[in-house]
Amino acid sequence: MSAVETTTPAVRKTALNAVHRQMGAKMVEFNGWDMPVEYPSSGGIIAEHNAVRTGVGIFDVSHMGDIRLQGPEALAAVQHISMNDASRLAVGQAQYSALLYPQGTFVDDVIVHRLGEDEYLLVINAGTREKDFNWVRDNTCQFTCRVENLSDDFTQIAIQGPKGVDLLQKLTDANLSAVKFYWVTRGTVCGLGNTLIARTGYTAEDGFEIYIPADESTSATVWNIVLEAGKEFGVVPCGLGARNTLRLEGRLPLYGHEISDTISVWEAGLDRFCKMEKPEFIGRAALEKARAEGLKRTLVGLEMVERGIARDGYKVQDDRGHEIGYVTSGSFAPFLKKNIALAYVPPEFTNIGSTVKVEIRGQGVKAQVVPTPFYKRPKKN
Amino acid sequence: MPYPTDFKYTKEHEWVKADGKNATIGITTYAQDSLGDIVFVELPKVGSELAAGKTFGSVESVKAVSDLYAPASGTVTEVNAELATAPEKINKDAHAAWMVKITLKNPDELNSLLSAADYEKFVVEESGH
Repeated sequence: MSAVETTTPAVRKTALNAVHRQMGAKMVEFNGWDMPVEYPSSGGIIAEHNAVRTGVGIFDVSHMGDIRLQGPEALAAVQHISMNDASRLAVGQAQYSALLYPQGTFVDDVIVHRLGEDEYLLVINAGTREKDFNWVRDNTCQFTCRVENLSDDFTQIAIQGPKGVDLLQKLTDANLSAVKFYWVTRGTVCGLGNTLIARTGYTAEDGFEIYIPADESTSATVWNIVLEAGKEFGVVPCGLGARNTLRLEGRLPLYGHEISDTISVWEAGLDRFCKMEKPEFIGRAALEKARAEGLKRTLVGLEMVERGIARDGYKVQDDRGHEIGYVTSGSFAPFLKKNIALAYVPPEFTNIGSTVKVEIRGQGVKAQVVPTPFYKRPKKN
Repeated sequence: MPYPTDFKYTKEHEWVKADGKNATIGITTYAQDSLGDIVFVELPKVGSELAAGKTFGSVESVKAVSDLYAPASGTVTEVNAELATAPEKINKDAHAAWMVKITLKNPDELNSLLSAADYEKFVVEESGH
């Protein structure tokens, strides 16, 4: 009797997968990854969300990808593929940006970190790991620089919330008060030397992301040390459910929703991250042309006025019930305690206070255009 | 036993408590646990007709929308207005947080529903524990 081996693409797991399951996390498949969506022991999505807004929560975000560019022309390579201006980055500084197709639409959004004189780290989305790496490699071969896919090398833990800095400071010799938002440093974290610490995140709160070795044992040890150290701050582990509601309140885009390969930079309202004064980058020519032509649709924030929750993909109508656009992301917002959404609508509907309807199970339910971000974290004094 | 023995249950996780020609309907604690935090409930108006096995409303968690299926046919006489502003009551005590009250069209329909013991067995099988 012979056994037939079949290789079907298995769902991928981070190094912390067993830990999440052991903690009783509800698991879900996200872009090919088996990830925690919420932890009943935390109290669920709403409790996790509010812990991040008022205290601290931690996330396993190891599913995200990492691409390093290193070499004498690394900056030139980054400038060619990224729409923001990386030449403004000092060593240790990071910026939000995007990789664009020649049509001016999105390959992916990305955080560009300048780790050294000629060393840049791009942190990219989980679902676009392979696509992005191939894109970066194929579009930078003319530059003298090495392009490496480090996605499997790191476990990435996000420590997010106003008490995140207090939590992490207990575990590192790096002086975190000297690290401004969107800057990075290296230090010993939980006994691990030379660990990359970035003051970045996807929650619209202050917080950090640490990059540690991806072996299961180290990852589990660090995760548990962080949870233990965070007890005095009420730390809870948080899953993708809260990650989504947090970023939505902060109007942070999600690939495949607010940004995609059919949506342009101008439509997505990401103008300030797109430096047209750079003489060249992939997508620049198309964006210049599009800017002259004007927008056919633009991303707005909606708040439900009548009872109902607008959800991803729901149609948006004018007040007479004619379809004018669609919801890219929508949900109950746990901290704001409102039902909010982001949606693409024609430019004539973008004035704050404009009334539209969202089609919910066949009924047009009233919503209103509101400013975004829906939530902005309070300034620390 | 976590499931009241004076309720009957459906495989879609609704419960119904009959009292002569009147019945009260809600969802089970297994349902609320699976859903997570409930943030929205859509219920029919007083006077609406429910048809056994057909949808009569919906319940939403942060991440998902779930239809509610009528355990029995009848006319809605009362709707729990508290759930419009405090849907989390269902998470707190699903067997107490009733959704609608109806006058039963055909009380015999209840005979084909699950007893508490059978429902508990069904839940154990479904959740794979």
